[in-house]
Formats: sequence, structure tokens, C-alpha cells
Amino acid sequence: MKIVLNKDTMKIEKEQDVVPFRNRVKEYAVKIGMSLVNQTKLITAASELVRNMLKYANGGVVLIEVISQGRDNGIRLTFQDKGPGIGDIALAMKDGYSSGKSLGIGLPGAKRLVNEFDIKSIVGEGTTVTIIKWKNG
Amino acid sequence: MKTDISKLLQKKRKQILETWMTIQLSDESLRDNLMSNEDLQEQSNELLDELLGTLNDKNIKDSGSADFDRVREVLSGISISRARQGYTPRDTGFYVFSLKDALLQTLQQEIKDDPEFLFQTSVYLNKLMDAFGITTFETFIQGREDVILRQTSEIAEISTPVIRVWDGILALPIIGTLDSARTQVVMENLLQEIVESGSTIAILDISGVPAVDSLVAQHLIKTVSATKLMGAECIISGIRPEIAQTVVHLGIDLSHVVTKATMASALRYAFNVMRLEIKKIQKEKADN
Amino acid sequence: MDRIPILRMGKFLLVTIQIDLYDRLATNLETDLVQMVNKTGAKGVLIDISALSIVDSFMGRILGNIGSMSKIMDAETVVVGMQPAVAITLIELGLELKGVHTALNVERGMDLLMHKIDLTDETVQDEDSTE
Repeated sequence: MKIVLNKDTMKIEKEQDVVPFRNRVKEYAVKIGMSLVNQTKLITAASELVRNMLKYANGGVVLIEVISQGRDNGIRLTFQDKGPGIGDIALAMKDGYSSGKSLGIGLPGAKRLVNEFDIKSIVGEGTTVTIIKWKNG
Repeated sequence: MKTDISKLLQKKRKQILETWMTIQLSDESLRDNLMSNEDLQEQSNELLDELLGTLNDKNIKDSGSADFDRVREVLSGISISRARQGYTPRDTGFYVFSLKDALLQTLQQEIKDDPEFLFQTSVYLNKLMDAFGITTFETFIQGREDVILRQTSEIAEISTPVIRVWDGILALPIIGTLDSARTQVVMENLLQEIVESGSTIAILDISGVPAVDSLVAQHLIKTVSATKLMGAECIISGIRPEIAQTVVHLGIDLSHVVTKATMASALRYAFNVMRLEIKKIQKEKADN
Repeated sequence: MDRIPILRMGKFLLVTIQIDLYDRLATNLETDLVQMVNKTGAKGVLIDISALSIVDSFMGRILGNIGSMSKIMDAETVVVGMQPAVAITLIELGLELKGVHTALNVERGMDLLMHKIDLTDETVQDEDSTE
């Protein structure tokens, strides 16, 4: 069972929001005592996802939560946008695939950097990506 | 209600404690080497105080009641410290259940004339103490797990030493299975040491790794790539014949990684890269 | 601030990234650097990222681009000072920064650039002498 200890939301509307957002995530990660490597992984994954959100959906909202499960603490980030959505999630999750001009490692790369990764998308309505990084994960 | 249970027990507090202590001390498995009888008495006293202080006619029926939070806290504290001190689960279980015996014995003596009430109260008390027993075990195991977790991280820490074999050359002998958690530690230690020592070459010796499968190989390749990103070179040494066989049979590509059979040849390679030369000194000079 | 300063040191260009970059800043850097390589005829580009706490795929791509673009303009690129946590993350992400050289710190990076440029100069001389 996952218990939410702390909650925060941030609106992402322009690329200048990315750096403050990363700093906010870092603050929370530092607060729960996450190791530097795990912090870096989490923030990098967050950066990938937030960038996707800006590129494909012109921004959205990110929910930052400090959660606990048993003896472990972690950070859960939920990225919600009202963009075009992703038609074929399996394809989007494949390394090297990109509908825009990028390296196409954003989604699969972000998944490799975190402990839990969940993506839901409805074409025409939007996409929600949830990631969890445990303190010692 | 004919008799107020909590008042009755409060009144008999001293007697309960005595009975409890007697039961505990009479148990032949008592670990008086781990804790003195005085300490045990004090510990028992504290728990009994908390329990009798909170117990009333209502919450006796509800073992989950928040009234008992403090009792559970004390109990957890005792349980965790016992787990760390090396008590067996039996010792700890006996500790709580002997309190139940003491309580029930006292009840039996005090409520002789009302069997129905005695029965009812005993059932409640039984349930309550069982719930506390469960709490005790949960925290006992948790205490043990904490110990295991700490030891695991200690093993990971000490089993991946980074050695400065030469100015600018690091060596990292890996002994034991390489899983992802361990690779993480290896990578972190190695990269950190590279930064601190300003080394340009790192030798990863895997002669102590029992088996290399594709996952382990992947971990090794990751470490090599990360080292490269930092601007240093990583050599893998200690490739035993069996390892070479499995690597090729599994179709793992190690062609872009510098591999050497022994630590010595890896070191020689490193000297070469750093343009260092080792010479034997003239014998006569040493004799003079 | 919307531009990262580029310093010129002899045959080299030196860039020290001191703040976390947002996208515009990074793309500007790419354009500015390539223009500077062209204008100064620099033989080497040294980018110090020791102050960067993260490098994501976008930033990684910019670094790779700078490397490849400089390469076809006959300049070598060295990225120096990557933090261990950043290196581990990049590998996990699947980025290997092909096309750029790496070094531990600015000093080593300079050595590497000198070495690379010496080598290319020597080959030119060799070719001259054989003719």
C-alpha cells in the first residue's frame, strides 16, 4: 500500500518552467534523503517527460508526491496533459522511435531510470504518465 | 457492570507483575546473559504500567483501538531492541504471552463468584493480548530485517574496494555475483574514485565473479561506458576460460571493451597507455 | 542571461556551463559555437559541464551535435568534468555521446586536444615530406 505524505502541483507552460520544476523535484528528493545517483536519475526522467509534454501537448500539469510504502520512501510524479494523445503506446515505448525530431529515447529512457512507470493515453484527450522512484531503488 | 475490570487490575498491579516475573524467571530458556533481571523487571513494569493505564471497559473489546497506540509503541520498542540483541522469537513471544498468563491468573483469583463475567473478560483479554502478540512479532521481524538490510549494504560497501595501484591507475577486484544493485555500487564507487584521484585508467578484475551471463555482461559494459563518459578508460581483466566460453556462446559482444586475461597484463597495458616503462635494475648496483 | 559565454584561447574555444540550461539556451549555444568555430578557425572546442547536475537526452543531443558539426569543420570537441551521477544516468538512459571526446577535467581535456591536433598536424607534415 502506498501512502501519500506530501503533495504539490506545478503547471508547465513554457520551456522556462522546466528548470524550476527540476529544482522543485530535486528539493523533495533531497528532503527524503535520496542518494545523488537516484536523484539524478529521477530528475533526468522527469526532464524527459516534461519536455515531451511541452513538445507534444504545449504543456500540462505535474503532480509531485512524497509517498511511502512499508519501509521505503519515494517520489511519485504524475504528468498530465491534454494533448493529442499517443495512438500506439507500445511503439512510443520502443527505443529509437520518435514522431518528432529527437533521439527517440525519451519515453523508454525515462522508464529505465525509474522504478515504476505507467502510461495511459487517449487519442484526442491527452496523456498521463506516472513514475515512481524509491529512495533506495 | 458488576466489577470494573480496569480498577480491579490496577489494584492488583503489583501481584500481576510478581506473577509475570515469576513465570518469566521460571522459564528455563530465560536469557539472563542478555539482560539482567533488574532490567527485565523494569521493562516489564513499564509495559504493564502503560497497559493498565489505558485499559478500560470499552477498549478491552477493541484491540485495534487508538487508545493502545502508546502500549504498542512500548511493545514495538521492546521487540525491536530484543531482535537486535539476538533474542529468539520464542523468547520474545514468551515475554508477551506470559503477561497474558499472569493477567488471566489474577482474574481467576479475583472473580471467583461470577463465572460468566470471568469467562467474558478472559475472552476479551485473550483477544487483546493475542493482538499485542502479533504486533510484537511483526516488529520483531522488522527489527531483524533492519539488521539484515544494514548488513547487506555493509557487505556491498566492503566487497567493492577501489585500490589505487599506481598514480593514475585504479583497480577494482569484484568478488561474488554481480547483480544490478551491486553494479550500481561498483559504478558509483569507481566513478567517484576516478574523480577524486584523477585517474585515467580503471581495471575491473572479474576473476572472482563465479559466472558471467548476459545480464552481468550488460552491467560490465554499462560500467565501461560510464567510465568512458567521464573521460577515463576501463579495462576488464580476469577473464577465465569458462567466462570467455560463456560470453561467446551467449553471443555477447565485448569487442569494444578492452579485456585482458590477468590483472598483470591489464596493468602492463595500462603502463603502455600511460607511456610508462618498468625496468630491472642492474644487479651490481644493488650489491654495492 | 540568454547566452553562454564562449572564450577563445589560442586555437581552442572554451565553454563553461555554470547553470542548468533550458532549451533555448542550449540551442543558442550550439549555433554560437559553430559560428565561432567558423569565425576563429578554432581547432578544438572544450566544453566544461562539471557544474551540470543533469544531462537529459535533449542536452545530450546538443553536445553530440556540437561534436559532429565541429568535426566537419575540422575541429575536435572534448566534453570535460562530467559528474559520476550524470554519467551513470546517461548510460541508463541509453546515451553514449558518440562523436565527442571526454576527459576528466579541463587540464586533461586541453592535453587531449593538443595531442589530437598535434597528430593531425604531423600527418599533414608527413604527407608534405613524402611528396
